[in-house]
Amino acid sequence: MLIEIVPHIDLARVTDYLQSPESGGIVTFTGAVRNIANGKDVTMLQFEAYEPMALSEMEKIASRAQDLWPLQRLAMQHVVGEKRVGEMVVVVGASSAHRKAAFQACQFLIDELKATVPIWKKEFYTDSSVWVAAHP
Amino acid sequence: MNILLFGIVREIIGTPVMDISLEPDVRTVADLKLLLVKEYPRLAGLRSLAVAIDKEYAEDEQLLEGSSEIALIPPVSGG
Repeated sequence: MLIEIVPHIDLARVTDYLQSPESGGIVTFTGAVRNIANGKDVTMLQFEAYEPMALSEMEKIASRAQDLWPLQRLAMQHVVGEKRVGEMVVVVGASSAHRKAAFQACQFLIDELKATVPIWKKEFYTDSSVWVAAHP
Repeated sequence: MNILLFGIVREIIGTPVMDISLEPDVRTVADLKLLLVKEYPRLAGLRSLAVAIDKEYAEDEQLLEGSSEIALIPPVSGG
């Protein structure tokens, strides 16, 4: 599996990695910075990670996906640092003999990443900033 | 003992690493959280506050002694 925390998403590297002769279905999900959040104009997102733990949590998620679906390869890449509107911040991907397992695994990878991996984002608006999901 | 701080917790406490001494009444994860919330009441307003011991999420009753790395984990928001 390819598990990385990087300054910039490298989508080509991920899709190259996912290819194998046995893989008839290759699915990737890419997350990007959206221009509006909570009705406000977003100017920038700042990501930070507890890197060694984030990598080990991502590996655990990928291993669980491997147990749940017949997959050839798995990839998870997440950024740290400052990102502007439109820039990619995360990519997860899976390859399988057939598309269904790859689609389902991809959904699982991103849902679990968002729930448990120790990465944080601060959202900057024109007049303020907030740590996303920090408060009820 | 050093504790690593991230995100909003780093901002509330005002440093990326804090040093606390393990008093007899601070033995478990729950004790540590209680101590920190008393000292930094804004931590109580967070949606959640987890503790990681040696890069693994820890349960409240887990002992701090013998661990080499402790981190406070505010609500995660990757993706």
